[in-house]
Amino acid sequence: MFDTLTQRLTAIFDRLRGYGRLTEENIQEALREVRVALLEADVNFRVVKAFIERVRARAVGQDVLQSLTPGQQIVKVVHDELMELLGGSGHRLAMAPHPPTVIMLMGLQGSGKTTSAAKLARHFQRQGQHPLLAAADVYRPAAVEQLKTLGGQLQIPVVGSAGQKPLEICQEALRTAADRGLSPVIVDTAGRLHIDEPMLEELRTLKREVRPHHVLLVADAMTGQDAVTMAERFNSAVGTDAVIMTKLDGDARGGAALSIRQVTGRPIAFVGVGEKPDAFEPFHPDRMASRILGMGDVVSLVEKAQASVDQAKAEELAKKIREESFTLEDFAQQLRQLRSMGPLGELLEMVPFFKGAKGIPAELRGEESELRRYEAIIGSMTPRERLEPQIINGSRRTRIARGSGTSVQDVNRLLKQYAQLKKMMRGLKQLEGRAGTLKGLPFQIPRR
Amino acid sequence: MKFLPALTDCLRQSLERSRNFLSDGLNAVWSLGGVVDEALLEELEELLISADLGADVAREFLELVREEARHGRVSTPEDLRSTLGRFLEEALAGAVAPLALDQRPSVILVLGVNGGGKTTTCGKLAAALKGDGKSVLLAAADTFRAAAIDQLEAWGKRVGVEVIHQAPGSDPAAVVFDAAKAAVARGVDVLIVDTAGRLHTKSNLMEELAKLKRVVGRQLPGAPHESLMVLDATTGQNGLAQAKTFHAGVGLTGLILTKLDGTAKGGIVVRIHRELGLPIKLVGTGERVEDLQPFDPKVFVGGLLPE
Ligand SMILES: Nc1nc2c(ncn2[C@@H]2O[C@H](COP(=O)(O)OP(=O)(O)OP(=O)(O)O)[C@@H](O)[C@H]2O)c(=O)[nH]1
Ligand SMILES: Nc1nc2c(ncn2[C@@H]2O[C@H](COP(=O)(O)OP(=O)(O)OP(=O)(O)O)[C@@H](O)[C@H]2O)c(=O)[nH]1
Ligand SMILES: [Mg+2]
Ligand SMILES: [Mg+2]
Repeated sequence: MFDTLTQRLTAIFDRLRGYGRLTEENIQEALREVRVALLEADVNFRVVKAFIERVRARAVGQDVLQSLTPGQQIVKVVHDELMELLGGSGHRLAMAPHPPTVIMLMGLQGSGKTTSAAKLARHFQRQGQHPLLAAADVYRPAAVEQLKTLGGQLQIPVVGSAGQKPLEICQEALRTAADRGLSPVIVDTAGRLHIDEPMLEELRTLKREVRPHHVLLVADAMTGQDAVTMAERFNSAVGTDAVIMTKLDGDARGGAALSIRQVTGRPIAFVGVGEKPDAFEPFHPDRMASRILGMGDVVSLVEKAQASVDQAKAEELAKKIREESFTLEDFAQQLRQLRSMGPLGELLEMVPFFKGAKGIPAELRGEESELRRYEAIIGSMTPRERLEPQIINGSRRTRIARGSGTSVQDVNRLLKQYAQLKKMMRGLKQLEGRAGTLKGLPFQIPRR
Repeated sequence: MKFLPALTDCLRQSLERSRNFLSDGLNAVWSLGGVVDEALLEELEELLISADLGADVAREFLELVREEARHGRVSTPEDLRSTLGRFLEEALAGAVAPLALDQRPSVILVLGVNGGGKTTTCGKLAAALKGDGKSVLLAAADTFRAAAIDQLEAWGKRVGVEVIHQAPGSDPAAVVFDAAKAAVARGVDVLIVDTAGRLHTKSNLMEELAKLKRVVGRQLPGAPHESLMVLDATTGQNGLAQAKTFHAGVGLTGLILTKLDGTAKGGIVVRIHRELGLPIKLVGTGERVEDLQPFDPKVFVGGLLPE
């Protein structure tokens, strides 16, 4: 699945590199692999076909044949082409000149509309706006409660009740927004099939009466070939202004993004990367292109790291890796930094080295709560234990567990992970010889 | 399994929609030239891929067609159709299995990625089993997602089945513990456990699921008797990664394929079945109580083929 694909492409491109120069047949072979990769990534087969032709036209003769590193050149042509098709980044939802701005969400059942409504509201709240949520799904059991719970957590008001009609709820939302000076109004609608005419008619009615400034299609990143049918029908039946892709925190390659973009011509505005209200990001075509192709998202890694890591600390860390003097103390510090960047495993996964080789040990794919637990554990150790973890015997483990409010298993797990991390760092050190400098690792991975 | 004896018209209807696609497709493909050449094979491949069967399965089918053509056994669109039908039915051999309901209580753990239809399926399944004369208990072990407990309770009320639950945010293992105890105390036939949606890539959440399994297993030896992964029919090739990881993490006993009432064909289950041998125990065909059916490979393949 994930890894074999990367390996397959890497193998092809390595082979291409070996040729020095390309023949048309070489491109042919590489493009066959790219085709399979895209299909495996769930890009619709028609979109794939058109895409391959575009790449071929661009690659043959010109770019690739004249290049000194043809393998890289093809990757770049494919990547650039993908990026171009995926569209620009940072599509902003413009605010209406006369508030409230109204944003309506629609999509298939379970795609993530209600969660995304809360995430969007949170997004605007963080920008200093005062959003209002309208719970216009009166069909699914507890859909209104779901949005009310989320609104409650974020202290964002929610209007609607299961006894009302969706249109009434929207109208009430508009009145409330006007009275209380709230904007934007974000309308959550019931999940529906793109072939369910009466339910599509409901959306059309809402659109006609409520006049949303933006109608957003919410689509699941795991969607397969049917993404084109779904997106096309919603677009022609109701009209789509932009797209939200959800559940990109998994390992779905997300080819549906390209398919949907192609059939609707509409930009992808945001991506959902988790269940919590803050797990929401603007769309980056470069990251998406890397993801669909299955090459480590180096760009994204560097960006994330630059935002939150102090360069000097990183240099120091690199030095420690080199000298193999990375202690639990350092580990705790790294955990604090990582926490501001997202799960450790996710971060490491962006580095092609880890993805390609053996992958990341399951234990290292932690979540935030886990990182916090680890900090507590390390906090309960004595300075000497932090420097010389090998002295941490059974009774010390029990004491540490009690002190940090965790279990001995937790302490064991942390020590195991620390040992694994050290081992991986040794691997990185060896990589240094091949890949250039190790400055600031693991936060500045040399580009390949 | 006594319940769900016959396929309702509903399923037929919903499959009818997808049916025309491949048959029209085959005729169209054939009309290209009437010979098995590369162009025809490519079109065929695309037909299979468009149903989410995946490039590997498609390639294998093409091999078969090539082979048949070499022996002069493919000379009409009907030949192609029957070759494809045989291929798919063979690929799905062993995909039918009844629910294990012999124990008392029998515990059914329902799991899968976010939004696939777990809670809804739990409600529908409770109704179906109840309709079959069994006494059923539901456990709300999704304590994480907003209003997930309310949602299952609404289903419980709708189908007249009691729901064991605790406060939002409580430990799902504790809910399962309580529910298993209640199931024994009340002497019910079946306990259905609804779990929180989780992506298979989150190891801590997979661990949580394994723990739920251990907790019921300790209370009721042999439980859970079913660990069923809910798979949305719109899912593409990622469905295989889901099944593999959940299977490795908790040991699945089968799949439930939901949302077959849309236009997606759920072809990924063919690939999953071939790789993991997991049966497909149920299919979901809508949001109503009665929209749950046993899996019938003939009907499923028929959804892709003309009869
Ligand atoms: N991992 C992950 N889960 C998500 C994301 N977005 C939504 N979810 C989860 O997906 C499931 C379905 O989300 P909902 O917001 O209820 O979906 P919906 O489209 O409103 O569903 P219906 O109203 O039933 O059609 C929930 O478990 C969410 O927590 C995401 O970006 N990542
Ligand atoms: N059309 C159709 N919709 C379905 C089917 N099964 C479930 N749904 C809908 O899909 C959406 C998600 O269903 P849920 O049962 O909430 O899914 P879940 O897996 O429990 O979701 P989480 O607990 O959030 O992970 C709801 O809107 C259901 O009504 C089906 O077979 N067909
Ligand atoms: Mg919803
Ligand atoms: Mg649920």
